[in-house]
Amino acid sequence: MDQLLQHILNALILGGTYALLGIGLTLIFGIMRVVNFTHGELYTFGAYMMFMFVMTLGMNFFVALVASVVLGMLLGALIEITLLKPLRGADIDTTMLIMIGAWIAMQNMEQFAWSGIAKSIDTPFPAEPLVIGAVSVAWSRVFVFVVAIALIAGTYALIQWTKLGKAMRATFQDPETASLMGIRINSVYIATFALGSGLAASAGALLGPIFVVYPTMGDMAALKSFAIVILGGLGNVAGATIGGFILAMMEELGAGYISSGYRDAMGFLLIIIILLFRPTGLFAQKERIG
Amino acid sequence: MSSKTAKQDKALVVDSLAMRFGGLLAIKSMTFHVNEGEVLGLIGPNGAGKTTAFNAITGYLRPSEGSISYRGSSLVGLKPNEIADLGVVRTFQKTSVFGGQSAFDNVLMGLHRRQKQNALEIIFALPSVAAEERRMRDKAHEILDFVGLDGRAGELGSALPYGEQRLLEVAVALAAQPSLLLLDEPVSGMNPSETSSFMNIMGEIRKLGITVLLVEHDMRMVMGVSDRVIVLNHGSIIADGSPSQIQKNPEVIRAYLGDRYDKAKSGSKGKKRAQG
Amino acid sequence: MNRALEIAFVVFLASVPFWLGNLYYLHILVTTGIFIIAAMSLNLLLGYTGQLSLGHVAFFGIGAYTSALVSLGFDLSITENYTFVLEPKPVWFAFLCGIVLAAICGWLIGRISFKVRGAYFVIVTISFAEVVRLVALNWIDLTEGPMALNNIPPFTFSIPGLWELTFYKKEPNYWLVLALCVVSFVIIRRLVNSRAGRAMIALRENEPLATSVGVDVTKYLVLATIVSAGMAGAAGGLYTHYVRIVDPDVFLFIYTVTMVIMVITGGKGTLAGPIVGGLIFGILPEVLREFAAPEVQWMIYGVLMILIVYFLPAGIIPALSQWWQRRSQSHEQVTQGAAE
Repeated sequence: MDQLLQHILNALILGGTYALLGIGLTLIFGIMRVVNFTHGELYTFGAYMMFMFVMTLGMNFFVALVASVVLGMLLGALIEITLLKPLRGADIDTTMLIMIGAWIAMQNMEQFAWSGIAKSIDTPFPAEPLVIGAVSVAWSRVFVFVVAIALIAGTYALIQWTKLGKAMRATFQDPETASLMGIRINSVYIATFALGSGLAASAGALLGPIFVVYPTMGDMAALKSFAIVILGGLGNVAGATIGGFILAMMEELGAGYISSGYRDAMGFLLIIIILLFRPTGLFAQKERIG
Repeated sequence: MSSKTAKQDKALVVDSLAMRFGGLLAIKSMTFHVNEGEVLGLIGPNGAGKTTAFNAITGYLRPSEGSISYRGSSLVGLKPNEIADLGVVRTFQKTSVFGGQSAFDNVLMGLHRRQKQNALEIIFALPSVAAEERRMRDKAHEILDFVGLDGRAGELGSALPYGEQRLLEVAVALAAQPSLLLLDEPVSGMNPSETSSFMNIMGEIRKLGITVLLVEHDMRMVMGVSDRVIVLNHGSIIADGSPSQIQKNPEVIRAYLGDRYDKAKSGSKGKKRAQG
Repeated sequence: MNRALEIAFVVFLASVPFWLGNLYYLHILVTTGIFIIAAMSLNLLLGYTGQLSLGHVAFFGIGAYTSALVSLGFDLSITENYTFVLEPKPVWFAFLCGIVLAAICGWLIGRISFKVRGAYFVIVTISFAEVVRLVALNWIDLTEGPMALNNIPPFTFSIPGLWELTFYKKEPNYWLVLALCVVSFVIIRRLVNSRAGRAMIALRENEPLATSVGVDVTKYLVLATIVSAGMAGAAGGLYTHYVRIVDPDVFLFIYTVTMVIMVITGGKGTLAGPIVGGLIFGILPEVLREFAAPEVQWMIYGVLMILIVYFLPAGIIPALSQWWQRRSQSHEQVTQGAAE
């Protein structure tokens, strides 16, 4: 029972960051219909930025976190403006290829700059874990959980209550109508990609100090993001959030009770099975944002 | 050609067809039939549900209620390609060709049903495969010629001018060897001379014995080629008869002109049809 | 005229081992050839049928592992009492097993793709490849996991009792790969120029129109994936008996990416596209290896991909044929003008 509680707790924490990744991708995938292969690289980027700020430049941990996320958003905007905007309207293969090219270039730049050796990032949190009854959790992980929830809530608020959020939702429904109604679609796209990339970077910046940082860490993150998007339905932020927690739970329980080697496979098996029975994802009725 | 004297077999029978989309009732209840060898025109104001009916008959939409059968076989629940295999082929309201292929290749693709080669025969290049290919290529030329496009065989589908694209659509549909051809607004957007040539092609199609169900807005064209006309309004058939009967039918006139006709009439004659 | 050119080209390629001199270059040609077969198979699915399948490396790897396991023989404890034992089988038999198993997986994916379309299908195929990779990595009993299967026997052709030839050297492998390249090319060309190929293209171009004239979507999607997967499995089998070691890295997504790059830059939906793309991206790494670190190489690829997609969006072959057409048209105009 204690084991189970511990697993659930771990899953909650992991799920928060998975949700960030999933929300970011579902927004991009849903609103822009782009198969975003760079999503994992933004995750990696966030982690490497944390490394650079905290370990190389000696910055304050929390300032570094904010800076990493902001840089992630800027990088996302840059990718959108230089790569995606000029190709607007091209077929999906072409866009896919460009994103794959960008992914390859980014990953290898990271490898080039920081080498393949895994890096670790110091945290300012106490080393002793917080113990609640039978379960224990590191303070750093508690921090991750809190920030993740805050970011998820913030994103949700942005989508539901701000003008930008409304514009994003309208564009998701029907880009043509939205632009006829005066919404500047190009700006929406830049904002969406920046937001999605920023969320991915935040997940990387949060998890980097917990695990280690290495150039290919984004690949698994990207694949899991896609899994979550499918679970939750394209463009469905609530679905992606729930999907993130479900995936984390499946991984934790699967790794704990079945086999830790197949941990990562859990997500994919889940996708394949779900898609076989419900080809539009679990929460497909709510094929809208929010 | 009157349909009253000769024994008329019913080719397509649609009974109490209803189509619901969420809360919207696109077709209330449609009952009609098409006789073998005749040209049946289906007219009605915009939004009356004509293309929806086509989609239901040819398997692109599932009927909410009702039955559809062709020569005795039920069409409900069949996939579009299965329905095509029964000889029921349709064209589309919005121009639909294989844009990236030449006109000739478009028709070749339409000839799919007529060929029997399977994958293994193709891979091993059995002589029957080459022979069939030659026959098909000859047939494709024939069909392009039939619609008057033989000179344009090499042009890309998307590069053809609008009127010719619509002719190509008909050619592709004919290639599939239909016994019942459903034409969805075939002359929409065509100029008068193109429409006239199309009416000639319709005559040739009918000589081949192909049954035709035709949706059109161009009244001159519909009345000119159809043996019989049915009128769809607000999801139900409101009239069924020969072209001249339909043109004089008050229900039909009201359907097209709406309240304005009634108000005009009640203005000069008062009474009865004030509410329409 | 064209046929003669083609035969001459193949003869020329067959002569290469006699004058190339450098065994390393020959090795590059062999691996490039294997990749070209895989790229041609992907082109059938991605280019002609329009299915965004990004898990293609799974078929390659399944072919490789199956062929390796059947030729090495293996035992698998199914329960405590029962162990399934397979004696090592002749290589050609193992090779066929690889093709068949890959084709069966292709059939599965083909059936799934009918229900799951577009971007979702992309994700399913990627996930499928990942699952297979993780299985290969973790099912150590069967696959040795990261320790790899090694000492895989090379191809052997024999007339029992009389003569046996084992392909230890590079040259016979080169000819075998060349022969299978030619066979694969011919199969795809025959399919594409036939009723089946037209059906696949029709599905890609305009599916509602295709079904309205009787094209059975499922049947042709499945056909495309079966042939495509089987061919990729054959490439995998060639790889495994040439390199003679196979480990789960063969399932890495990066190899799918490489194949996709080859197909799309060469020109998807063209017969020569995957060959051109395969030659470029098979040989380029080796050329770059001389004077650039691996990361820099990959960065160059990434950038090269982006450039080709920008300037030649349909790929190299279509761009070349357009250029050739325009040249011959203007030549005609010039000669016509001169005649008048």
